[in-house]
Amino acid sequence: MKAAIQFREVSFATEQGRLLLGKISLTVEEGTTTAVLGRSGSGKTTLLRTVNRMVRPTSGEVLVDGTSVGAGDPIVLRRGIGYVIQETGLFPHFTVERNVGLVPELLGWTEADRVRRSHELLAAVGLDAASFGRRFPHQLSGGQRQRVGLARALAADPKTLLMDEPFGALDPLTRAEMQDMLRELMGRMRKTVLLVTHDLDEALYLADRIVLLSEGRLIADHSPAEFMQSREPEVESYIRAFHRGERGAAARQP
Amino acid sequence: MSAGFLSQYGGEIAELTMEHLWLTGAAMLFATGIAVPVGIWLTRSPKWARPVMGVANILQTVPSLAMFGFLLPLPWLGERAARIAIVALTAYALLPILRNTFAGIQGIDRSVIEVATALGLTDWQLLYKVELPLAASFILAGLRTATVTCVGIATIAAAVGAGGLGELIFRGVASVDNRLVLAGAIPAALLALAADGALGLLERRLKVKQE
Repeated sequence: MKAAIQFREVSFATEQGRLLLGKISLTVEEGTTTAVLGRSGSGKTTLLRTVNRMVRPTSGEVLVDGTSVGAGDPIVLRRGIGYVIQETGLFPHFTVERNVGLVPELLGWTEADRVRRSHELLAAVGLDAASFGRRFPHQLSGGQRQRVGLARALAADPKTLLMDEPFGALDPLTRAEMQDMLRELMGRMRKTVLLVTHDLDEALYLADRIVLLSEGRLIADHSPAEFMQSREPEVESYIRAFHRGERGAAARQP
Repeated sequence: MSAGFLSQYGGEIAELTMEHLWLTGAAMLFATGIAVPVGIWLTRSPKWARPVMGVANILQTVPSLAMFGFLLPLPWLGERAARIAIVALTAYALLPILRNTFAGIQGIDRSVIEVATALGLTDWQLLYKVELPLAASFILAGLRTATVTCVGIATIAAAVGAGGLGELIFRGVASVDNRLVLAGAIPAALLALAADGALGLLERRLKVKQE
């Protein structure tokens, strides 16, 4: 397996001197999905944002396909990496079709190619292009917006996809549908995915590897099965925090 | 107002209305040309927002008659009354346009800017594909406020001989002829209303539904 993303002792401190990432070393293999777990403020998002150079590490380096992200033009780098966030960040003044076709537009594709591509991707994320293509983001539900966000991220066929709590704001049923859709899509497209989430269930369902961050440090880096059996205290307490409802209900049974 | 009055002054009213429009229009053009780029620059260097906005604010508090008076003795400017008028009106128009350009861009949902940057838009593309279209209705609202203010203030420009509808008003006041005052004031009010209505319409058209 080839390394798609490598973090080499990546540290990041704010101007005020607060350490958000402390010497993170991690290799993400090509075509796999890696979930980055951790509580809010653990540095997950910051780590993700070093990959497309939205954040520049204070020390250490990040390599994408063997090249340091600090070396080249950030614009070129970013156009080759898909990016999906919880708030979607869809452009409210663009139709769904134009939102999806934005990166191809920046890359100078012809309009016919852009429309064809955006219809193809809308179909892939489960939206009918004929009825959704001309709509504006405010005319969509939360789940539909997230689908458009994903289609937009995939438009120029990037090898790497960065996802920052993409389904965090959705209701559990919609979230499950989105996870199914993503799993099927990733199985087919073989993208390298770095998925930031605080949902253990989501990580177990979608990821080939699970990484746990705590206060900017890398605590664990396991396969889902290893993760669940880990005896590391931070991992155990993270696992304990889930399915408490089920355990609580079982305990109250007469 | 009698038909006789209109036949006597109609031509002059039309001429002065055109002059009024020209003074206001030129000032709005200059003010937009200055305030929109400066407003954009302030969104890139927000630490300058306070001092720059402060200067524009001070300009706006200078009484208009005093402003015309201050500009009168300046070289080149003082030679032609229309120059003084346009410069003064431009100064008054700066703040609303500047403030709305800055606030309009700053008010855009951060996640939209975040994704636009992360997908590889250059700063320039971010500006004309995302920020300006989304802030357009705000910027236009500033332009509208500025225009209405300037149509009013432009009547004072007659005090330094720059013409415009203020001329009729000043003459009416001097000769205690209310018909002349109204002959200047009514078209000026109509101009302000028309500008307000037209720009308001455009503003609503440019408004982007966010959620």
